[in-house]
Amino acid sequence: MNLLLLILVPLITAVALLLSQNRQQVKWLALAGSAIQLILAFTLLISYRNDVAAGNTEQMLFQQQYNWFPSWGISFHIGVDGISVAMILLTAFVVIAGVVVSWNVEKMTKEFFFQLILLSLGAYGFFISLDLFVLFFFLEIAVIPKYLLIGIWGSGKKEYSANKLALMLMGGSALVLVGLLGVYFSMPERTFDLLELSRLNIPVSTQKIFFPLLFVGFGVFGALFPFHTWLPDGHSSAPTAGSMFLAGISMKLGGYGCLRVATYILPDGAKEYANIIIVLSAIAILYGAFATMMQKDLKYINAYSSVSHCGFVLLGIGMLTKISITGAVMQMVSHGLMTALFFAVIGMIYERTHTRQVNEMGGLLKRMPFIISALFIVGLCSLGLPGLSGFVAEVTVFMGSWEHPDSFHRIATIAACMSIVVTAVYILRAVSRVAMGPIKESFGNLTDAMWNEKAAAIILLVGILAIGVAPYWLNDLIKPAAEIIMQKIALVK
Amino acid sequence: MNEYLTLMKSELIITTIIFLLLIIKLSSKIKNDLLLLIIQTLLLLNLIAGFFFNAKGSLFGDMFHTNQLIALQKSILNLGVYLISLLFAGWYKKTEHLSEFFILILCALLGMNFLISSGNFLMFFLSLELSTIPVAILANFDIEKRISSEAAMKMILSSAFSSGILLFGISLIYGSTGTINFEALPALINGSPLQILAFVFLFTAFAFKLSIVPFHLWTADVYEGSPIAVTSFLSVISKAAIAFVFISTLYKVFQPMENVWYNMVVVLSIATMITGNLFALRQQNIKRFLAFSSIAQVGFILVGISNNSSLGTTAVVYFILIYLFSNLAAFGVAAAISSQTGKEKIDEYKGLYKTNPFLSWILALALFSLAGIPPTAGFFGKLFLLTSGAARHNYPFILIAALNMIVSLYYYLRVIRSVFIDKNEEPIEKIDLFSSTKFALIICTAGIVLVGLLSWIYDYIQLLSQ
Repeated sequence: MNLLLLILVPLITAVALLLSQNRQQVKWLALAGSAIQLILAFTLLISYRNDVAAGNTEQMLFQQQYNWFPSWGISFHIGVDGISVAMILLTAFVVIAGVVVSWNVEKMTKEFFFQLILLSLGAYGFFISLDLFVLFFFLEIAVIPKYLLIGIWGSGKKEYSANKLALMLMGGSALVLVGLLGVYFSMPERTFDLLELSRLNIPVSTQKIFFPLLFVGFGVFGALFPFHTWLPDGHSSAPTAGSMFLAGISMKLGGYGCLRVATYILPDGAKEYANIIIVLSAIAILYGAFATMMQKDLKYINAYSSVSHCGFVLLGIGMLTKISITGAVMQMVSHGLMTALFFAVIGMIYERTHTRQVNEMGGLLKRMPFIISALFIVGLCSLGLPGLSGFVAEVTVFMGSWEHPDSFHRIATIAACMSIVVTAVYILRAVSRVAMGPIKESFGNLTDAMWNEKAAAIILLVGILAIGVAPYWLNDLIKPAAEIIMQKIALVK
Repeated sequence: MNEYLTLMKSELIITTIIFLLLIIKLSSKIKNDLLLLIIQTLLLLNLIAGFFFNAKGSLFGDMFHTNQLIALQKSILNLGVYLISLLFAGWYKKTEHLSEFFILILCALLGMNFLISSGNFLMFFLSLELSTIPVAILANFDIEKRISSEAAMKMILSSAFSSGILLFGISLIYGSTGTINFEALPALINGSPLQILAFVFLFTAFAFKLSIVPFHLWTADVYEGSPIAVTSFLSVISKAAIAFVFISTLYKVFQPMENVWYNMVVVLSIATMITGNLFALRQQNIKRFLAFSSIAQVGFILVGISNNSSLGTTAVVYFILIYLFSNLAAFGVAAAISSQTGKEKIDEYKGLYKTNPFLSWILALALFSLAGIPPTAGFFGKLFLLTSGAARHNYPFILIAALNMIVSLYYYLRVIRSVFIDKNEEPIEKIDLFSSTKFALIICTAGIVLVGLLSWIYDYIQLLSQ
C-alpha cells in the first residue's frame, strides 16, 4: 500500500474543506475524508498482515524515500511496522468518531473541521515517518490546531488552558529538538534516518546526555509526571472532539516517540535511566488515580484518569521487556479508544444537562439509556474489566514487568497494580452518581443519543471490544516490532 | 567596459531608476496612482534583472567584488523593496512626496548593494553611510507627527555614534595591519590585543545596526515613530543587508580570530534573544511588538552565524528570505488596518477574524512563521539556524535558544488570541485592500508556505555559498 495516501487524503480533505461553500458540504466532506482514512487504515492493516504472512521479514514495510534537504542528510522517508499500523488504526477510529460526534457544531463549522483534519494529518505523518526531522515536523504541525481548537471552541478557562497546553508542548518539542540535534551531530555520518541511526553505535556518553532530553521531551506529550499539568486543563477546556483528539491521538505521539525514538535509538540511555522512568510513571499512575478521586467534574475525572492510564504506557516502556513494551503499545491503543469514547459520552451528557458536575446529576440512565450504557462500558474498561481492552493492555504490562525478579521492579509493579483498586472506586462512584438514583425534575425531558452520537459511540465500542475479546491480532501485530526494539536493548551491557 | 556593466549591473540599474524618478519628479506633475504604478514596474524589472547575467569578479582594485551568492543576496533585497512598494499602497496614495520617498529608499538600497559587494573597509564605510542616512530621513516622513521627528533624530544620532565607533575600529585595524583590503587582511590578523580591541569596536558598530543587545535601545522608538513602510524597510531590508555583510566579515576577514568572536556571538545571541522576547511580552502597539520580536529574531540569526562555515551562511540567507516574507506580511496587515482605521493596538485587533478572515489568516500564518511553527517556512528557517549552531556541539546554547522559542510562541499567540478568540463588541470594520496590497500579501503567503516545503530553494542557496 502507498503510505503517502495517509498524508494526501487528509491534506486534500483539508483543502477541500477550505474551498467548500456551506455547512452541509463541510460536514459531508469531513465525514467522507475520515471514512476514507478508516478504509485506508484497514487496507493498511490487511496488506501489512498479508505481507508478513507471505514471509516479508523487513523491519519496516511499504518504505518510500524522497530527497528533502539532502545537504543535511534529511529525506522524506516513510514506512511502517506493527506498532505504527496499530497507532494508525487507532487514529483513524478516533478521527471518524470525532467528526461524527461533532455533527452539530454551529460555531465556525468549516474552521472546526479543518483543524480536526489538520490534527489527523499531523498524527499520520508522525506515525509513518522514519526520518527524525520529518517526524519532528509532524509533531509540531499540530500545535496550531490544538491551540485554536481549545481557544475558539472550548469552554471554561479556555484561554489559559490553550496557552498552557501550547507552551508546555512547545517546551517538550524544544527538548526533543536539542536531543535530536545532539544525536545527529554525535556521529560522523550526519543522518536523521531512524533505521540508519539504529544501526550505528552511538557513544554511551552521548546517549546518557541526550536520552533524558528526548525522553522528557516526548514525555511532556505523553503526560510524564511531573510534566502532565497541561493535560487536565487542556482536556477539560477543549470541545468534545478536541478532547477526543487530544487524549486519543496527540498524547500517543508522546508515548510513541518515547519508544520509537528515545528508547530505540538510545538503548544505553534507556537502560541507564530505566529506574527513574519506572519511579516517575509509578508516581503518575498512583497520583493520577488519587487525584481523580477528588474531582467532581466529569471531564477532569477522565483527564486525571488519563494521567494514570498513560503512566502504564511509560511504565511498560521503562520496564524494558518484550512483553511490557507490547503492553505499553496496547495500552496506548486501548486508552486512545477508551478515553475518546469517554470524552464523547461526557460531551453528549453535557449537551443535554448543561453541567459536568457529578453531584448535580442523577438517574440519567432512565432518560438516556444508550448514552449511559456507553458510559458504563467505558468505565468498566477503564477499571480493567476482562473482556474489554483496558484489561488486556494493563495485564500485559504487568506480566512484562513481573519478568524482572528483583524487588525494585516488583514493588513498582505492585504499586501500579494498586491503582486499579482506586480506579474502581472513582469510576464506580462517578458512574453510579450519574446513572442511578432519583432523577432531577429539570432533567425530565432529556432525549437519548441521536444517530450521529450513536454511530460515534458504536465505532469506538467496536474497537474496544475487538481488542478486549480477541487481543491476539493486536498482540501479533505489535510483538515482532517490540522484539526488534528489545534486540537493541539486549545488546546493551 | 563590458565588465563594469555586468559586475555592477544591479547598482547601475538602481542608479538609473533613481535618475528616472528625479526626472519625472522635476519635469511633470504625475498623479500618485500612475507614479506608483511606474515605480512598481521599475522595481519589478530591477528584481527580474537581478537573476540574469550574474558573474564573479572584482573591480577597482578589489574594492568591489561580486559573485553568485552576493547577487542572490541583492535579489533578496530587491524582492523586499518590490514587496514594500506594493504593500503599503494605502499610505503611498495619501502621501505628497511619493517620488522622494522612493528616491530615498532606492538610495539606501544602492548603499546596501555596495555594502554587500564591498571588498575594502573604505568602501564598506561609505556604503554603510549611504544606506543609513536616507533611512533616517525616511523615518521623519510623517512630518507633521512629533514622534516621527523624534524617531529620525534618535536614528541619526545613534547611527552617527556607531559610525564613529566603526571608524575608530577601522583605524585601529589599519594601524595594526597596514591594510584595509578584505582579501589581504586575514593573513595579517593574528589576534593581538590591539586587533581584539579593533574587532570589539567593529562588532559594536554592527551590533548597533543589527540592534543586538545591549545596543538595541534605539530600535523600538524608531520603529514606532516611523511610518510603517519605513519600519518594515528598517526591520527587514536593513537588517538583512547588515546581516549579510556581517556574516561575510566574520567568516572571511576575522576567520583567524574565530575563537574570540565565537564567544562574543554566543553571549550576545543569548542576551538578544532573551531581552527581545521579554520586552515583546508586554507591548501593546503592534509596531513596537514587531520591533522587539525582530530583535529576538536577530538573536536567532546569531545562532546560525556562530556556525562559521558555509552551512551557517546558507542557514542565515535562507532564514532571512523567510523572515522577509513573514515580517512583511505581518507589517502589511498592520499597515492596512492602521491606514484605514488608525488602530495599532493589539487589543483593538480583537474580533478581527469575524470581519476580516483573509487578513486574519495571513497575519496568523506570518506570526506562526515568525514563531517557527510548521508547516510554515519559519519552522525550517529556525530549525536550520539551530542545526547550524549545534554543529559546534555547544548544546546548552542551543537549548537556551530552543527554550526561547517557547517565550516567543507565547507572545505571538497573544496576537492570535486577540484576532481569533477574544470577543469584541466593536471589531475593526471590513478593510478594503488595494489590489496591489492584496497581491503582495498573497506573494508573502506563498513564500511563507512554499519556501520551507520546497527544499531546492535551500539547496540552491547552499550551492551558491560553497
